Amino acid sequence: MNRQDLLVVITAVIGLIIILAQFLNVDIIRNAGAELQSWGVIIAALALGLAAVNLSRIHIRRITLRRANWQFSIALVALLFIQAIIGFIDTSTGEVYNFGFEFILTPSGAMMFALLAFWIASAAYSAFTARSVDSAILLISATLVMLGNAPIGQAIYEGMPDLKDWIMDVPNMAAQRGIMIGAGVGAIALGIRILMGIERGHLGGGDE
Amino acid sequence: MREGLVFNFVSLLIVAGAIVVMIQRARGGLEIKLRSIAGIDAIEEAVGRATEMGRIVHFSPGIAGLDGTTAAQTFAGLETLGYVAKLVARYGARMIVTIRQPTVLPLAEEVVRQAYMAEGAIEAYDEDSVVYLSSEQFAYSAGAMGIINREKAAANILLGGFWAESLMLVEAAFHAGAISICGTAMIAQVPFFVAASDYTLIGEELYAAGAICSGNPIRLGSIAGQDLGKLYAMILLVVGAVGATFGTNFVADLIAR
Repeated sequence: MNRQDLLVVITAVIGLIIILAQFLNVDIIRNAGAELQSWGVIIAALALGLAAVNLSRIHIRRITLRRANWQFSIALVALLFIQAIIGFIDTSTGEVYNFGFEFILTPSGAMMFALLAFWIASAAYSAFTARSVDSAILLISATLVMLGNAPIGQAIYEGMPDLKDWIMDVPNMAAQRGIMIGAGVGAIALGIRILMGIERGHLGGGDE
Repeated sequence: MREGLVFNFVSLLIVAGAIVVMIQRARGGLEIKLRSIAGIDAIEEAVGRATEMGRIVHFSPGIAGLDGTTAAQTFAGLETLGYVAKLVARYGARMIVTIRQPTVLPLAEEVVRQAYMAEGAIEAYDEDSVVYLSSEQFAYSAGAMGIINREKAAANILLGGFWAESLMLVEAAFHAGAISICGTAMIAQVPFFVAASDYTLIGEELYAAGAICSGNPIRLGSIAGQDLGKLYAMILLVVGAVGATFGTNFVADLIAR
């Protein structure tokens, strides 16, 4: 049995226990499932350390090789280590430790999310052109939904909100459910391929 | 058996059974023919384009982790990453894989390294080609957009679970002049990908991509099994709809068991 076969066996056993723990009311299986999920949390914590090493290695190399915009890498590496040191001294609930999260990271994240509106406008500009029958349907239905959601839509035509509701509840919902059913079955098939060791791409490829 | 999950468990067994049967039939020599999926066919073209232009291929296996209901999308992305990395190694192109989840990082590194080994180009493997950016969603998206923009990516392949950053990444690629091939099973993000990317793999196509790319007949057998699973869902839908039309909700009652 080579390394990959061993990993496939471990994956299959653990995968089956987790699946059965979702359905069966057998204490030993449920406890085993809960225990394995705890192991997952520990592995994730270890992986975070690995990720920090990856990030440091890449950016320290950028600094030493003076690659383009290497100055930003200094800022990243410095902040990475400073924040970690503060965390050790101040603990993760401390005021100093959380300053960076509350006053830099959270507002930056909110700003990025707010930018989404402009990206949507930009994407709509390029996508909403009637180049084919499909894109024309998309354009018309999107316009009707937008008008149905805005007061001006009702001012133009009284039944606009009802039309919008019909588009969202009938063709849109039917398509969404079709995609969801297909995706659900597809996920099961992928899971079976992984559990049977047929799909080994995540282990680095290769066949049975 | 836990209450309310009997029908789910039986359905899982039926669908899984159908998939296993088709895998075994494919092992026995049954030839499976699948429709071609434009997005998968376009991957090689996109990598070739990046090679000719001397620019990078950006790949993301999504921002979902390896646990919970979205984990399957990450695995689907990683399956296809192996195929993309092999093409990149074969053509001598450059690739940057951006990662949001620390747990995905070692897997992605291993997938890319093995792909270069399989192509006999391990000396061309760049350890820095798989980059962890941040666990924070928008810090990750800002980092990935920066890479796409600075490196002027020629191909942008996003296959996995995505949330609000989906459109940002595709639009950044559009402005960098990249061809975008995107796939997700996140219902809310599919419209963004359809509207903004050149090719989109919707839902089940994402899960099938790895098997189709491999061309392995046994893996393709599972796709045929998927169709039987969908047939089972369709039968339930039709019987349920007819039943509801005539005033009986026995399918809904059955599902609730």
